[in-house]
Amino acid sequence: MKSGRQITRRRLLRGMLAGSAVTVGLPILDCVLNTNGTAFASTGSPLPARFATWYWPLGLGEDDWAPKVSGANYALPPQMAPLKPLKEKLNFFTGGQVFLDGQSNNVHFTGLQGLMTGKVANSREYLGSIDALISEVIGRGSRFRSIEVACAGSPRDCWSARVDSGVQPAEISPVALYSRIFGAEFKDPNAAEFTPDPDVMLKKSVLSGITEERQSLMKRLGTADREKLDNYFTSLRELEQKLQIQLQKPEPLPSCTIPQPLSVDKEPAVTLATEAIDRANLFGGLLAHALACGQTNVTNLAISRPQSGLRKNGDATAHHTHTHEEQIDANLGYQPVCRWFADQYMSALAQFATRLNSIKEGDRTLLDSMVLFAFTDHGAPRLHSVRNYPIITFGSGGGRIKTGMHIGRPGDQVTRVGLTIQQAMGVQTSSWGVGSNRVTSPISEVFA
Amino acid sequence: MKARSNIAGAVAAAALLSASLASVQTQAASSAPTSSGEPLSWRLGPSQYRQTIAEVFGPSISITGRFDPEYRQDGLLTIGARTASISSSGIERYDELAENVAAQIVDRRHRDTLIPCKPQTPAANDDACARQFLSAAGRLLYRRALAEEEISLSVRIAGEVAKAKQDFYTGLAAALSNMLLSPNFLYVYKTFEPDPDEKGKLRLDGYSKASVLSFFLWNAPPDDSLLSAAENGEIHTQKGLKRQVDRMLASPSLEHGVRAFFADMLGFSEFETLAKDPTFYPRFTPRVIDQAQEQTLRTIVDLLVVRQGDYRDLYTTPDTFLTRSLAALYGVPIVDTTDNGQPERWIPYKYGADDPRAGILSHASFVALHSPSGRSSPTDRGKALREYLLCQAVPSPPADVSFAVVQDTNHPVHKTARERLSAHATDAACSGCHKITDPIGLALENFDTAGGYRTTENGAPIDTSGELNGTRFDGPVGLTKALHDDPALTACVATRAIAYASGRTPGRSDAELKRIQAEFGKKKYNFVELLREVSLSDALFKVPPSAAQLVTAAQ
Repeated sequence: MKSGRQITRRRLLRGMLAGSAVTVGLPILDCVLNTNGTAFASTGSPLPARFATWYWPLGLGEDDWAPKVSGANYALPPQMAPLKPLKEKLNFFTGGQVFLDGQSNNVHFTGLQGLMTGKVANSREYLGSIDALISEVIGRGSRFRSIEVACAGSPRDCWSARVDSGVQPAEISPVALYSRIFGAEFKDPNAAEFTPDPDVMLKKSVLSGITEERQSLMKRLGTADREKLDNYFTSLRELEQKLQIQLQKPEPLPSCTIPQPLSVDKEPAVTLATEAIDRANLFGGLLAHALACGQTNVTNLAISRPQSGLRKNGDATAHHTHTHEEQIDANLGYQPVCRWFADQYMSALAQFATRLNSIKEGDRTLLDSMVLFAFTDHGAPRLHSVRNYPIITFGSGGGRIKTGMHIGRPGDQVTRVGLTIQQAMGVQTSSWGVGSNRVTSPISEVFA
Repeated sequence: MKARSNIAGAVAAAALLSASLASVQTQAASSAPTSSGEPLSWRLGPSQYRQTIAEVFGPSISITGRFDPEYRQDGLLTIGARTASISSSGIERYDELAENVAAQIVDRRHRDTLIPCKPQTPAANDDACARQFLSAAGRLLYRRALAEEEISLSVRIAGEVAKAKQDFYTGLAAALSNMLLSPNFLYVYKTFEPDPDEKGKLRLDGYSKASVLSFFLWNAPPDDSLLSAAENGEIHTQKGLKRQVDRMLASPSLEHGVRAFFADMLGFSEFETLAKDPTFYPRFTPRVIDQAQEQTLRTIVDLLVVRQGDYRDLYTTPDTFLTRSLAALYGVPIVDTTDNGQPERWIPYKYGADDPRAGILSHASFVALHSPSGRSSPTDRGKALREYLLCQAVPSPPADVSFAVVQDTNHPVHKTARERLSAHATDAACSGCHKITDPIGLALENFDTAGGYRTTENGAPIDTSGELNGTRFDGPVGLTKALHDDPALTACVATRAIAYASGRTPGRSDAELKRIQAEFGKKKYNFVELLREVSLSDALFKVPPSAAQLVTAAQ
């Protein structure tokens, strides 16, 4: 979480040897946040920035939803009505596009690849998504560098990809996620007493036995196999780090409360949009608690895959098929069934943002301290268009960015939004993207 | 007081262990090092993991938990496994699985049968007994003999943890759990050695050959006899290799291998996310989803392994197996005398000569697997048949297309899928690809999206005439006969078998592929004979060109 917490293995062990059998007790009053909720009072170190992504399938529909004016005095389009109470805490980016640079448009994928990784290439090269670049900076010190969830039953529905190892598998079960975060290994940051678990210490030492196999294995392998082995050991280090964090007294976080355990899961695969949204709400609650309790600083949620097979109850045709087949209603000016899906997803997004906004951190909220980045696969899904992507961000990243604006930049690289958010989250980079998608300046009007 | 001393013990052990581990440099256990630019190792797939645990420790060890997801490449998960790494959330899962499996192996129920020795006292370490167990289990798990350094490291871990926890078995479980989390277990490595028969050339070393063969034919790690053949060099001789392959093909474990191959080739991993709308298809329950896969795999094993039949007959055979639930889904009357509350039985069933439901294409594992959740899609089924069974690629749809008429199921004129698709196919941008998918899929329109049989859609009779590569037919039986006689069908399964075994898809004009295909034909498309040809083929143990220079450099 903070550099002051980085402890070498040797130091840790020495500390543990001296203190493990002793219960560490700290009066909680000494450790609360400063009055603004921006830093830990005991150490003065700032609260970590936090970042969440939220993916919904198949855009906002075919009608003209981009507001006509930029700036603060704009009207949210009807699709986004559920977000109205949060309007002052969000920015709505429109007009950005992905440039294909001669690559074929692998529909529902290529545009997203450009938006999330700054690069348009084949699907095996989906590497280094915005959230992963941000988690390099803000995720490493926390128990989970990032947490990925998917709401329609497939662990492959995920747009988070590390630079080296590619797409992360998503958790599909809220019950499993609960036990992963708040199960036996969870250390309540607000517990009055802290005792490092000697079994965790032992486990950590046992695991270092595997690390010792590394060199002898490397000698026997070719370059491609070595890369995989490198990824394996990166993951192993994260596992060791997770154990190490369990051995340290966590900073108290008054905003952290532990959620109620969940009852039994439903079947993993769902076919109705409403079922996926129910799951998104369960996940959303757990992710909000995980962020507030310092378990992770980066979360990623996906409703479904882009060619969504989710349906409306009683309708045999899925959302994706509707985007292509449903007629635009001449009177309404849009595809009514597709609009129904967009409305559902915007309501679910509003619910997640509201939940983050309801968690107080000093005189701010968790939402204020972070950025929630909501995105989708096509601006106009019926035509598989890679122009005019709607992106909604919530929160001011702990005062780093201004909110309440529509930023319409028709024809601009959509990657500029990604660069802006990365810079706001502390990624030290002045440019992002490849080829025509490369940008070298952020959208400065949103910086505070 | 006891708890206190345990804590102190654990802390001391952690420190000792860390200090001693830091100084250990384990040596490579196998032969000469080598290298290559293409991925040769593969991540153990979930079914390979399960089968390994079952083969090494017996079927009563339960494996509950999830694995990192698999990715399909060139039509096979097995190829995707070549580039699969282990994610940070994945390693948490593998760790949980490893601890869970290890705890079961040392629990009171299993320890007496699975651990070949007893500690002098269960409350302390016993290095001799730990060594005996860990070196034997390690050889089967790492699929090679362990180096002395590796064994002593494991024994030390077991000993220190046993001392700390005052329990021999907890120590043993910790060392075993580490093995199950090690890349030496989770990845199957291919390594090379200088070929003594051809100076200056390389060959795959014995252990690597053994693993390639056993995962191909058994979906499991090499057994003791195969490892011994690797160790004593038998596997490098033509005669010795043939003896092993014959033995493996005659083994009951062949069934596991055949099941795993077809589950991969037929895309059964997609079942994980398959669901149908219960309002329309109440019989398509999770139990039926499991049974749909089992029905096809049973039919395959029965025809190809038990009866040593012709691979092409899989698509026309009237013989299959049904349960009560599946029979209800298909609308087939069967007599099941199973008592209420008992697990459903599998009952052999033969369709009548004029029944449209012949062959595995009529199984839910094809018609339901390749359909959306609410209604059938002739395009999806046609595409699946071309890609999975004929190894042909169907391009993705273009951008900027209006699908408006295609599947408007309430369309006043276009009531059936055929009518809606033909309206769509008048669009030149679409017709090229739809011509190669729809005439196949339309012949299967008698099967609704869940696999049930029907003759009408929205009140209009379904026309199931179709065409496959120039052969015209009527109905699903006609399609399966045309498929039966299509040379691409047997060429595809041969290609997939080579790719599945070697990790590389051979090119169409690959000489070894052509030879194997010809042999397959001569053996009347006996699938077990195809496995034999591939197992003995040069394609399997091929040394990639880049390996040679890297080995030379290493030497």
